[in-house]
Amino acid sequence: MDAELIDRLMRLSALSLDEQQRRALSADLQRIVALIDVMQAANTEGVAPLAHPLDGCQPLRPDEVTEIVDRERFQRGAPAVRDGLYLVPRVVE
Amino acid sequence: MDQHWESVIGLEVHVQLKTRSKIFSGAATDFGAAPNAQACGVDIALPGVLPVLNAAVVRMAVLFGLAVQGRIAKRCRFDRKNYFYPDLPKGYQISQLDEPIVSGGHLDIGTEDGARRRIDLTRAHLEEDAGKSLHEAYEGYTGIDLNRAGTPLLEIVSEPQLRTPAEAARYFRTLHALVRYLDICDGDLSQGSMRCDANVSIRRPGDEFGERTEIKNLNSFRFLEKAVRFEIARQIDILEAGARVERETLLYDAERDETRPMRGKELSDDYRYFPDPDLLPVEVTEAMLEEARCAMPELPATKRRRYADELGLADYDAGWLVADPDVAAYFEDVAAASGLPKAAANWVMGEVAAAQRQDGTDAAHIPVPAAQLGRLLQRIADQTISGKIAKTLFELLWKEGGDVDSLIERRGLKQMSDADELAAVVAQVLASHPAQVDQYRAGRTKVLGFFVGQVMKETRGKANPRQVNQLLRDALA
Repeated sequence: MDAELIDRLMRLSALSLDEQQRRALSADLQRIVALIDVMQAANTEGVAPLAHPLDGCQPLRPDEVTEIVDRERFQRGAPAVRDGLYLVPRVVE
Repeated sequence: MDQHWESVIGLEVHVQLKTRSKIFSGAATDFGAAPNAQACGVDIALPGVLPVLNAAVVRMAVLFGLAVQGRIAKRCRFDRKNYFYPDLPKGYQISQLDEPIVSGGHLDIGTEDGARRRIDLTRAHLEEDAGKSLHEAYEGYTGIDLNRAGTPLLEIVSEPQLRTPAEAARYFRTLHALVRYLDICDGDLSQGSMRCDANVSIRRPGDEFGERTEIKNLNSFRFLEKAVRFEIARQIDILEAGARVERETLLYDAERDETRPMRGKELSDDYRYFPDPDLLPVEVTEAMLEEARCAMPELPATKRRRYADELGLADYDAGWLVADPDVAAYFEDVAAASGLPKAAANWVMGEVAAAQRQDGTDAAHIPVPAAQLGRLLQRIADQTISGKIAKTLFELLWKEGGDVDSLIERRGLKQMSDADELAAVVAQVLASHPAQVDQYRAGRTKVLGFFVGQVMKETRGKANPRQVNQLLRDALA
């Protein structure tokens, strides 16, 4: 769990952590990886991969418009709204 | 292009499926609604909401898979593709990574020399669209409209078998026609209903693939062709200067006709896909397959062959007519109404297309009913009206509507075929132009055209031209 990997994970997760948090995270991750190593050791030969713990298949919904959107209500919780748009700090590609 | 280089192009086309509601929610998908008026709790990712899959998107994907002769997965799965962007409120896009609903299949495209070429498809998978970011309007802010979030997409990926920019554009066109025939997409490129990403690399023929770049978000056939052409030239310049092509994502700037890097390398893709625990595996049953087979319309390639084999149309004409299902439907109605498929093809590709271009009318809204155009063609064939009058009459039908036969009657447009009547006009024209008569008799037979013109003028275009020609020749002999 080197510093470079932690940096990369922080960037991918859009997290900003101080030194203490980084150390704590690194320790957690090491334990998680160790757990995964234990799981990897299980013999899964001949066992079909499990896509979902529930034994079933996805129910389908008819193609109908059932949601009437109350925009004002949804936007009451947003930090900034204008002209019906959610405003976020400027992102430029 | 430089003869020593071969370009290798693969396309990923995002097709917006024509559903009423979104892929995982019951919000509407109509284009052009007020911002966020169609973004429900699932689309804006409120905590605790769960996606429920729309049956229509599965049906449409299956229909597509059958049409391209791909393999339809009996069981497939949705995965989360994780990345952060404000127009993706969940922080992940629901997509399909390694169990797409359709694998393989192929699309036959026309080539520059009129032959057909088979392009293999890698896969077609279902996913949700993201919202839209508006960067320009608000100082220091980006506006987010999530109406498009959750719109169903079928992403269709080709093998890197396309070799020229023109071929890439033809593949895109062929796919466009196909999804419109299947009625799974409205095909409106101006509204982003189909968007194309192009993977481009170059190599010496026979070599391994070169490093590729990806041009994102091309939404017209012409821009695709131009962007790929530019990118090939750019890569040739790099390699011939002894440098290396960097793997990167590019945007095409149509105004400057160039490609530009979209994002830096430090943000190189790492989407950390994993199966979405909110969705169970999707089963495609035999009943669903059977339903799709029954719903399969006649596809463009079959239609094209039928036009050539049964209606006797030239291959080019057949290809032109089938490119747009609405054009093909109109043509077939006119051909059936008139019993004259070749004339119907000529008119639909000629007068009708020209009037459409002039008025910006799409083929679904041609104002002249097929039955009327069919009648018009019959009246040309039975020599009731001349071709010239027919064009005038067509303009009238286009602008004002009406019934062909009563218009011919009311406006006195019937062709003059009475030999005596015409002979009298011919005699009068010859008598009024003695100088030209002398010229003709001295061997300048081109003057005949002048006389024909004069007769037409006298009869206001109604004279039967074949008869006029004959009468003039007889009189001048």
